[in-house]
Amino acid sequence: MTSSSQKKAPSFFASSIGKKWVVALTGVLLIGFITLHLLGNLAIFLGPEAINSYSEKLHHLGVLLWIVRLGLLVVAGLHVFFTMALWRENKKASLEKYAVRQKLETTLYARSMRLSGLVVLGFVLFHLAQFTWELTNPDYKNWMDALGRHDVYRMLISAFSNLWVAGFYLLSVGLLALHLAHGVASLFQTLGLTSEKLRPRFERVSLIVAVLFFLGYASIPLAVFFKVVS
Amino acid sequence: MILDAKIPPGPLQSKWQHFKENAKLINPANKRKFNIIVVGSGLAGSSAAATLAEQGYQVDCFCFQDSPRRAHSIAAQGGINAAKNYQNDGDSVWRLFYDTLKGGDFRAREANVYRLAEVSASIIDQCVSQGVPFAREYGGELANRSFGGAQVSRTFYARGQTGQQLLLGAYSSLSHQIKSGRVTMHPHSEMLDLVLIDGHAKGIIVRNLITGEIKRHAAAAVVLCTGGYSNAYYLSTNARGCNATAIWRAYKKGALFANPCYTQIHPTCIPVAGSYQSKLTLMSESLRNDGRVWVPKKKGDQRPPQAIPEEERDYYLERKYPSYGNLAPRDISSRSAKEVCDEGRGVGPGGLGVYLDFQDAIARLGRPAIQERYGNLFEMYENITGENAYERPMRIFPALHYTMGGLWVDYHLMSNLPGLYVLGEANFSDHGANRLGASALMQGLADGYFILPYTMGEYLSTQFGKKPTTDRPEFEQAETAVRAKLTQLLEIGGTTPVNEFHRELGLLLWEKCGMARSETSLKEALVELPKLRERFWKEVAIPGRGAALNQSLEAAGRVADFIELGELLCRDALTREESCGGHFRLEHQTEEGEALRHDETFSYVHAWQYQGEGVAPQLVKEPLDYEFVSRSTRSYK
Amino acid sequence: MNFHLRLWRQEGPSAKGGFEEIEARDIPAEASFLEMLDIVNNRLIKEGREPVAFESDCREGICGTCSMVINGIPQGPGRGAACQVYMRTFRDGDSITVEPFRVAAFPLVKDLVVNRSAYDRIIQSGGFITEHTGGAPDAAAMLIGKREADRAMDAAACIGCGACAAACPNSSAMLFVGAKVTHLSLLPQGQPERSGRALNMVRAMDEEGFGNCSNYYACEAVCPANISASVIATLNREFVAAVIKVEVAN
Repeated sequence: MTSSSQKKAPSFFASSIGKKWVVALTGVLLIGFITLHLLGNLAIFLGPEAINSYSEKLHHLGVLLWIVRLGLLVVAGLHVFFTMALWRENKKASLEKYAVRQKLETTLYARSMRLSGLVVLGFVLFHLAQFTWELTNPDYKNWMDALGRHDVYRMLISAFSNLWVAGFYLLSVGLLALHLAHGVASLFQTLGLTSEKLRPRFERVSLIVAVLFFLGYASIPLAVFFKVVS
Repeated sequence: MILDAKIPPGPLQSKWQHFKENAKLINPANKRKFNIIVVGSGLAGSSAAATLAEQGYQVDCFCFQDSPRRAHSIAAQGGINAAKNYQNDGDSVWRLFYDTLKGGDFRAREANVYRLAEVSASIIDQCVSQGVPFAREYGGELANRSFGGAQVSRTFYARGQTGQQLLLGAYSSLSHQIKSGRVTMHPHSEMLDLVLIDGHAKGIIVRNLITGEIKRHAAAAVVLCTGGYSNAYYLSTNARGCNATAIWRAYKKGALFANPCYTQIHPTCIPVAGSYQSKLTLMSESLRNDGRVWVPKKKGDQRPPQAIPEEERDYYLERKYPSYGNLAPRDISSRSAKEVCDEGRGVGPGGLGVYLDFQDAIARLGRPAIQERYGNLFEMYENITGENAYERPMRIFPALHYTMGGLWVDYHLMSNLPGLYVLGEANFSDHGANRLGASALMQGLADGYFILPYTMGEYLSTQFGKKPTTDRPEFEQAETAVRAKLTQLLEIGGTTPVNEFHRELGLLLWEKCGMARSETSLKEALVELPKLRERFWKEVAIPGRGAALNQSLEAAGRVADFIELGELLCRDALTREESCGGHFRLEHQTEEGEALRHDETFSYVHAWQYQGEGVAPQLVKEPLDYEFVSRSTRSYK
Repeated sequence: MNFHLRLWRQEGPSAKGGFEEIEARDIPAEASFLEMLDIVNNRLIKEGREPVAFESDCREGICGTCSMVINGIPQGPGRGAACQVYMRTFRDGDSITVEPFRVAAFPLVKDLVVNRSAYDRIIQSGGFITEHTGGAPDAAAMLIGKREADRAMDAAACIGCGACAAACPNSSAMLFVGAKVTHLSLLPQGQPERSGRALNMVRAMDEEGFGNCSNYYACEAVCPANISASVIATLNREFVAAVIKVEVAN
């Protein structure tokens, strides 16, 4: 190349595509997390023994657990931070909207990414407060099962018997599913892994993944609420 | 005045070689001291600007569009010819040369046409190395097709968008040079006058179309690559903005205008639907491979085409040209369409159309086969006309497409004004009286990439130390004249929009100096044109200001020039008492109604020299001596 | 046919703009959208008013000069550029809103005319193959598979009209940049400058102030040249590969 290449290449993280890659890659890690989290929590259907011992084992990881938690915090933080940075640039790049609004090809879930993301973020904080920091009901800390383990089972049953808690939870996992419906397909595009032929397939896979996550996560409060597990 | 074409000595095959070996060179350190103005950014302009800059010259390139990538070369569909003989079908430089010369009805210079055929192969190499995605065979070789009735497959193509891809190739090279700083691009800029210093072209006056600012630009030489003048006819296949202002104003500064009457009419365009129409759309000629052209036998037959029985249809091309039939050459099929419409047998609105019928082809090959061959064209036709051509025949009509005439240039592509070069469709040089399909792209790129960059040194080597500046009185005068003309236009304060005059001009030229011309029609036109001109300067309405974007003002200047050019066109057509290529005089035809050339009296280039307002231009003749080939008569019976 | 037009009028870049309501009466159904505007303009001129400024050139959908938003759709409904829209596709009496492209990197010039030179500057930053006239090897010296050639052509068909950025809620130019990067990265001639091209063009795109891609695919939906958004995936891949090659392998 001539003169043009002698200018220094922009920092990866300052570039449009670099930022998108960060969002996509952190998205992959977050999907990994919610997958494991879901699998662990589905243990509730195996009865108190299963889920309480799962919880016990997790807590026995000690330092490792803290490393994972810290990692998750960083990953989620980057995901949110870079999304916001992109959003700020997008606001600057686009002028006032057209007098006649057309949806063109975009989907509702694609256009609601920021909203669904923010609600999910809010939910995660509540969720942590409720089940991890146990702030909503300090009694949770004292609930132990027969073997002296933290009685996660009873805690979940108790929490999801509350209509408001179950409702908010359902709404949030619904929005999470919307977020994933666009996010999963989108990350393949951002990471450059699609083609004209593959894209519609990824979009279908993305919808299926979103539905599966919704069903998986929604099954817990629903089961509790309708007393399938008690 | 004696015109010297400066053709190098020696046998045809070695003339260009001889020239290159003896051409004056400019050393690299001196090249950057010369700056060159290139007007136009189509195939010729972009390729010339990029190549000159690459050689080290400082180039200023101007275009009226918002980006050099939008020049009208972009709309060429078919392809580009080159004597590569990749298909092993016997093609050669000589064959391409001869076909081009014959296609032009032996009205072009042998030496120029031979050089064009010679450099054609390098154009393909150049374009491929720029990344032009030409069509390929499965094995990865370049694909070729036969075009316009040629007996060899020498046409390279990129889908139906060859012009677009070649232009984007040249545009990318130009962009590279803009980045390197050797080309300064001036988009949205229209050249309004040529500036001569001691008889040499040394600058131009330009109007910025966005701000209305008038600026002077000085240079060691000026290169015009501003295309043809089909839009004098208002409705043509050219883009709306295509205009002749640059070459016309150069003509009025003394550049000779050669063969203006050589205009090409394309037979397969979508017909005019109404007076509001702004543009005629070309449909690929390939449709004639399977479509049959017909009109009703009865005058004024208003029945829908499906209701007209077979025996009441006149397949006139098949009737008149049994061996070529529907594939008769462009000029012949165009003229035949006009004849049947003149008889009152035309179809569609205004009776200006003929049917191109695919029923037989669909019956023979099945609809899927037709769909595969022409699906996109049928779709385009339906989008424009709202008619389904699978069910009812297409309506087609000829339209102005290309102009072979243009400013006179010598073998170096320099006009009679020293320092003024003219490239591409804007010059008259290579197509004689008729251009073959897929040759326009070839000529534009040959001129810009491979000819001008070699020939320019001859002139520039005499220009050391003569750096012109824009504070010379010549610039002052030219700028004052340009401003005066703009002010005059803005002050007319009439009530008729510019494009109504343009439409009137177009109709007049089409009627009197279109596919068939006669002494009477041309003399009528020469009476009516000055009247139109007079009315224009009294009644045209141009709202808005000069110092801003003003599209009416832009159009007015162009139409004013077209009216004057129309007069020259008719005068040339009247003077050329013969029929050749795109110029058909009713008085000069064979018994079978074919073009009748008069080689003994008209084997000349007719170059016209401006003599001033209201004075008839002077005709200067350049003889066309055929040293190497003998002239034959075209026959398509 | 009759239409009720709402046309955007704005004297200049810094002037205040607004919609002007104009009745378009007795429009032939066969007229194209731009011819309808021609008719309206002619009437305005006859009334001594200034016509609406809009750009067009070839009027056959290939030059990319048209730039207007018809009823919220850049380049209008249906495939092709605005010049390929015909009035018969509307209903008699329809209300039609016509606006300029609204993209911060395409500053408004007047009425419906915007300045799209940002796209030219992006091409200048690297959308080319460096070669010099006369130095090219024979065109047949390098074979290019039909598949690659066809895909390169698909991407090269871009007409540079700017509808992609105009349609994008983020005003992103990724489809335009992706098309050029894809076209040249598929060809052997494009290989030597492949990395630099992706890096420079993305930087130029960012510097011009275009937004980021959110994978909405509104660009693909309006593209008159049918460019697939898969070119954006290619660009995403090419850029990161280039970063790795240049930053890491160096």
